[in-house]
Amino acid sequence: MSTVNVTVTVNGVERSAEVEPRTLLVYFLRDHLRLTGTHIGCDTSNCGACTVMLDGKIIKSCTLFAVQANGKSVKTVEGLAENGKLHPIQEGFKEEHGLQCGFCTPGMMLSALELLQKNPHPSEDEIRWGISGNLCRCTGYQNIVKAIQYAADKMAKGEA
Amino acid sequence: MAETTSESLGGIGQSVKRKEDLRFIQGKGKYIEDFYLPNMVYGVFVRSIFAHAKINSINSDAALKVPGVVAVLTEKDLAGVNLAWMPTLAGDTQAVLAGEKVLFQSQEVAFVVAETQAAAVDGASLVEVDYEELPVVVDPFKAMEPGAPVLRTDKEGQKDNHIFTWEAGDKAKTEKAFQDAEVTVSQKTHYPRCHPAPLETCGCVVDHNAFTGRTDIFMTSQAPHAHRTIFALISPFKEHTTRIVAPDIGGGFGNKVPVYPGYVLSAVASLVLGRPCKWIETRSENIQSTGFARDYHSEIELAATKDGKITALRVKTTADHGAFDAQASPSKWPAGLFSICTGSYDIADAHVQVDAVYTNKAPGGVAYRCSFRVTEAVYIMERAVDLLAVKLNMDPVQLRKKNFIKPEQFPYKSTTGWEYDSGDYEKTMNVALEAVGYDQLRKEQAEKRSRGELMGIGISSFTEIVGAGPRKQFDILGLSMNDGAEIRVHPTGTVMARFGVKSQGQGHETTFAQILAEELGIPEADIIVEEGDTDTAPYGLGTYGSRSTPVAGAAAAIAARKIRDKAQKIAAHMLEVSEADIEWKDYKFQVKGVPGKAKTMAEVAFAAYTAIPDGMEAGLEAVTYYDPPNFTFPYGTYICVVDIDSKTGEYKIRKFVAVDDCGIVINPMIVEGQIHGGLTEGFAIATMQEIRFDEGGNILNGNFMDYMLPTAVDTPHWDLDRTVTPCPHHPIGAKGIGESANVGSPPAIVNAIVDALSHLGVTNIEMPVSPWKIWRILHEKGVA
Ligand code: FES
Ligand code: FES
Repeated sequence: MSTVNVTVTVNGVERSAEVEPRTLLVYFLRDHLRLTGTHIGCDTSNCGACTVMLDGKIIKSCTLFAVQANGKSVKTVEGLAENGKLHPIQEGFKEEHGLQCGFCTPGMMLSALELLQKNPHPSEDEIRWGISGNLCRCTGYQNIVKAIQYAADKMAKGEA
Repeated sequence: MAETTSESLGGIGQSVKRKEDLRFIQGKGKYIEDFYLPNMVYGVFVRSIFAHAKINSINSDAALKVPGVVAVLTEKDLAGVNLAWMPTLAGDTQAVLAGEKVLFQSQEVAFVVAETQAAAVDGASLVEVDYEELPVVVDPFKAMEPGAPVLRTDKEGQKDNHIFTWEAGDKAKTEKAFQDAEVTVSQKTHYPRCHPAPLETCGCVVDHNAFTGRTDIFMTSQAPHAHRTIFALISPFKEHTTRIVAPDIGGGFGNKVPVYPGYVLSAVASLVLGRPCKWIETRSENIQSTGFARDYHSEIELAATKDGKITALRVKTTADHGAFDAQASPSKWPAGLFSICTGSYDIADAHVQVDAVYTNKAPGGVAYRCSFRVTEAVYIMERAVDLLAVKLNMDPVQLRKKNFIKPEQFPYKSTTGWEYDSGDYEKTMNVALEAVGYDQLRKEQAEKRSRGELMGIGISSFTEIVGAGPRKQFDILGLSMNDGAEIRVHPTGTVMARFGVKSQGQGHETTFAQILAEELGIPEADIIVEEGDTDTAPYGLGTYGSRSTPVAGAAAAIAARKIRDKAQKIAAHMLEVSEADIEWKDYKFQVKGVPGKAKTMAEVAFAAYTAIPDGMEAGLEAVTYYDPPNFTFPYGTYICVVDIDSKTGEYKIRKFVAVDDCGIVINPMIVEGQIHGGLTEGFAIATMQEIRFDEGGNILNGNFMDYMLPTAVDTPHWDLDRTVTPCPHHPIGAKGIGESANVGSPPAIVNAIVDALSHLGVTNIEMPVSPWKIWRILHEKGVA
């Protein structure tokens, strides 16, 4: 099987690997870069466990070839905390018990990040729509909504 | 020094933030797919395209030519090592790989092992299987008709598709009660086949080391010890050289209780190849082949007096178990705890019968967020009470109150043989009625009806039976359903505690630490909890059936009290008084009546390793295996308010009030999280989750595109409250909560929808209740 070189800036660091052309971005991140925080929950692009940010927009990394991300930049859960400090969204998930098994959490937090970047003061309804591409089987979403509200408040205070 | 309190320790009743979260929110959890061992190979299944077919031949030649493919295992290879069949948890046998024939669509036919996952998938697509189709049996009633094709031709003496008949209660007395009844109601209903679908699928990595003779099995296991014992019983792997590690698990809900062929084949591959083998199923494989739940076709009847006293209950169920009886039920209880179906009510006579049947569907019957068929039991009873209310023209609240087991009747012995521990059902119901504004809602409903608007109020006042179970009655494949706790207090006063159960998101690392904090007077931050590694954890049967708090939680408290007993002796020595003069007060050992003279547990721990009194052994450790004296009986009242669009059948849950009583609450935040999750799954079961088949046994929705699961937008807002009625026989009075909401909510939702349509003469709608089903009814009645 022939391979291609893929180079992606992941969480601010340029990373390269030789991969089969058919390699999906999620396997590039997990198998080749060993960034295993991005999960796989389905084979039909429905669950959102694999959600990452590609050039500032969330995508399902199981639905994109790694070669399509070549030369672009990706943010994963491993890049949320900065300088050893948790992102307000991470803090919110912990404070508001927004996770149980934790499997959906990385993808959920990335969706929350995009939502809050576009809409810093979302209503409950807007939050629910914002994470509607991410399934959670444990929490019933109610505390995830609270976690995102917590983050929105905290980020708003940070701005002020 | 500041006073030590339950709050300062993070003890029982405190909403302590979870210890496990820090790794999960940073993407550093370690789930099964995150294991990469050096030199690892990957296994992928070839699965049957037919639901019932003879296998004439399997040709692996083309697959073996794919670069990277190392081996293709078939039933013949397994037969060589006596592993073609394995026992199920229910004591049946299940094909690890299909031999002569396949019995359900997506059944495991061959296992392709390759250097990469992709190469294994390529290889699997090239394995040629020559099938000869056989007549398919999908309907469990048709399966029992004379002349139906016998599916399990592998079983000697199996002449039809019947698996077992199981009965509880007194048939003759119940019949008499029905003959004498002033009023009776009956209803046939189907609790649909659904799948737990935890967000993480099943998988494993098996690493057999030929040089040390040791085998490490990393797997998605809700019950690692039980699984190791089963491995040792069926395979060449011995218990002392086999280590099962259940790492972080991405949700289980009963799906990760059974042993699946993928685990066995990975072990065989690792043994044969001398390399670690990884197997991770796809989502579609997970839904199509691993443990489904429910699929109970029941007819329920109630007998009652004209003024609403229920006198008898009769249930006849046909249970569709699929191709192999792989349900997870205690050995002596083939229909699990289904005879709890008398529910929260004082009913003199009952008779319950379950007949289980083989069909050409995936095996299972797992307890999906449920304690062994309690969900099915609660559903039929709570639906039946509503039917009776309609028949008697009584308010469903009044009818329930009239029949509740009264507080003074506890411990209450039910006619089917259970001894309910504690409860005050009316009190809990009143909290729910108040919270929802019941009387006002009924007025609103009447007004709306007069305007042609549809609104319904549904109630469920369920009682569960969880915490299996007392070993005199309960075992799985002979293994007593007891659980271990092991505690080590270190010299500096920190604690390591290990358990035989295994969290899948329930937060054991936090709640068990809280129990120990309360019992030992050591802050929860200084306590670490470990589970899932059979090399280090004490034996136990695992986490399912809401048994962790009732069994392992009790073990935690008992083991901690053993520590305290020893520590008290050391403290007496340190304080130079006799042991009788010491009391455990304010989380310290104090000389009675002299509060200033005291030793903390940490001080005693240091002495236990440095200055132990003569005649005593050093160290401060304890191990306990807890045998629960009885089950626990959590209960609650749920009220659902639903508005239906009379033109489209679309509906919305306007309000849902859940008042639970799970006894003493260890961590309110976690308990509420469990209830949110359970309600959401119950909502999903009532409204969308169903695995469907066509006549040919083809699965119609075997993936996440077609198997409907609720998103954040679909899911209602949940309003919670609670009452607290401690469990009298549990060391800390707790009952368990993981499943109540999933068990109790489906009937509340269906009752609400049926109530909205009851004036049109509607008495039942089968789950999952879709807008389409409602629209058809409305259309038939000339409303839409
Ligand atoms: S893995 Fe499910 S959407 Fe990507
Ligand atoms: S926390 Fe388990 S799937 Fe969301």
